[in-house]
Amino acid sequence: MNHRFLREIFIVFLNLLISDEPWANQQPPLPQEKWSFDQVFGTYDRAELQRGFQVYQQVCSTCHGLSHISYRHLKALGFSEAKIKAIAAQKEVQDGVDEEGNPLKRAGKPSDYFPNPFVNEKAARAANNGANPPDLSLIIKARKEGPHYVKALLKGYIEPSVGIQLAPGMSYNLYFSGHQIAMAPPLSDNLVQYADGTPATVDQMAHDVVTFLAWASEPEMEERKHLGVKILTYLLVFTVLMGLVKRRTWRRLEE
Amino acid sequence: MSMPSSEKKKSGFIQWVDERLPVFTFINKELVDYPTPRNLNYWWNFGSLAGIVLVIMILTGIFLAMFYTPHVDHAFNSVERIMREVNYGWLIRYIHMNGASIFFIVVYIHMFRGLYYGSYKAPRELLWILGVVIFLLMMATAFMGYVLPWGQMSYWGATVITNLFSAIPIIGDPIVTWLWGGFSVANPTLNRFFALHYLFPFLIVGVVFLHLIALHQHGSNNPLGIDAKKPGDKIPFHPYYTVKDLLGLGVLLLVWGTFVFFAPNFFGEPDNYIPADPLITPEHIVPEWYFLPYYAILRSVPDKLGGVVLMFSAVFILTLMPWLDRSPIRSARFRPLYKILFWIFLVNCLILGWVGSQKPEGLPLILGRIATVYYFIHFLGLVPLLNRIERPQPLPDSLQKKSPSVEKSGDCS
Repeated sequence: MNHRFLREIFIVFLNLLISDEPWANQQPPLPQEKWSFDQVFGTYDRAELQRGFQVYQQVCSTCHGLSHISYRHLKALGFSEAKIKAIAAQKEVQDGVDEEGNPLKRAGKPSDYFPNPFVNEKAARAANNGANPPDLSLIIKARKEGPHYVKALLKGYIEPSVGIQLAPGMSYNLYFSGHQIAMAPPLSDNLVQYADGTPATVDQMAHDVVTFLAWASEPEMEERKHLGVKILTYLLVFTVLMGLVKRRTWRRLEE
Repeated sequence: MSMPSSEKKKSGFIQWVDERLPVFTFINKELVDYPTPRNLNYWWNFGSLAGIVLVIMILTGIFLAMFYTPHVDHAFNSVERIMREVNYGWLIRYIHMNGASIFFIVVYIHMFRGLYYGSYKAPRELLWILGVVIFLLMMATAFMGYVLPWGQMSYWGATVITNLFSAIPIIGDPIVTWLWGGFSVANPTLNRFFALHYLFPFLIVGVVFLHLIALHQHGSNNPLGIDAKKPGDKIPFHPYYTVKDLLGLGVLLLVWGTFVFFAPNFFGEPDNYIPADPLITPEHIVPEWYFLPYYAILRSVPDKLGGVVLMFSAVFILTLMPWLDRSPIRSARFRPLYKILFWIFLVNCLILGWVGSQKPEGLPLILGRIATVYYFIHFLGLVPLLNRIERPQPLPDSLQKKSPSVEKSGDCS
């Protein structure tokens, strides 16, 4: 038994020393980007949010839902009520039935949630080479190092090294687990035309859409940080006061 | 010093009530005049802190339950609705979610304090055992609570942990089916976990009361581990420890708040923001951090039943501590060898925690096996034998470091 145990240790150390096998299939470290919503006082850059929404609407939404977001939430992006009404009205939604029981359709309202691009998972898989495009409402929170990961993934399409065989319709992505991804490269330069005239490079679009998705994941973040500063300040004062009171009270014991 | 406040004049109404229902006498006796060793250090704050965390968890939990839907089709979305639509729902939920981790941090410190200062020794054995019961109930509550958001880790964590019971010979599989209310973790499982997650905290409150009754029978242990003998060794709980506990509470809330407001998902797994999917297994199923040492013990045994038995033994063995440790000296301060063992044991637990977070292969697996064996050797071998070779240092004869009038106590300032 002792022998086996020692051999096991030996093999492990040998593995650690000479084998590059454990790292071969892993993703390289994610490039660390700077975000407007980083740090204690970081907020979502409104221009980035609006541009990111445009990228989502014109590119991502063909395949990815955003089911937890409603049009009225877009107010947080800095859009006016009228603009939100106009955005919502572009979509047709099903609502109620007529007198004969047939489903009725109407233009979208601000209170509607973003519609899913596919009626169900089967339809989604059938249209996407067997893969089910994930809903993006929580994507930034649902991935390790969310913002860095999603941006790296969007920019991570490269030519596979020689000898790697991809299944038909699949793409090679440096940062995707296993590297073989069903999503074709979604972004290319000037794919969208930004209303504010910002050049739509792949990097810019990826950055903007990640900011937008970060907001979709944590729409409460700005309020949370804001409230946090106030409450922690209050608690700090409370704690210091209690420290002083404690000291004064305990001094009585020395008498 | 000051006259005991029970002898102070009471107002007519309070007097009237107290003669019929002595709540005020009780409060006075147990919370105001209650004699407490004067030399308790800040490690003694964590008992009352744990109580306060429990109350905050119950309150936030009740509000969450008003908006949560325990159904497999709606649970995940109802939690997101709390986060996005309910007024300050995100705040309540993040307090509750991070509160679980804060609760375990506080309770682990409380337990290690007990181990260091020998608080489990006579006459406090039952006090200690009740503490272990609370700890077990907490683990069950936390586990079931983690299932409720019905994310990927919720679902797969529940699957892995409930499956452990299938290791029991013969009746294992029927037990698992009975636990699930079906043939897999599904809607009946979620429903009952919600019901029990709501029930258990109130059981904890009950055992906490027993814990407090046992505590107040002989009073707190103290850093010196000797009984209070001299006048002035004990001081009234109020105002000395009420104010000290409030100071501790301030610090705790600062730490808790920092997580809630600035790193609310620090303790969580990103995978739990993916809705549960019985068809897709996550690459790496890990329990919450506070279960990792036990998870490491479970996985370090090649046999499933053996792993389960060892994992549960790791908790239950704590109840034997008052009889495994035969030294009459309580505090590790005067036990040079036990002090060293304590710190090795603490590091060993941290190693187990790290191992639990890694895949069970290679170095972590071997390290986990060594640490598991050491965990049990500590309790069953080293601690019982220590008494034979250890030469304890002489004990002081008073809780006051020197004569109370000459020197101020370092622990108090």
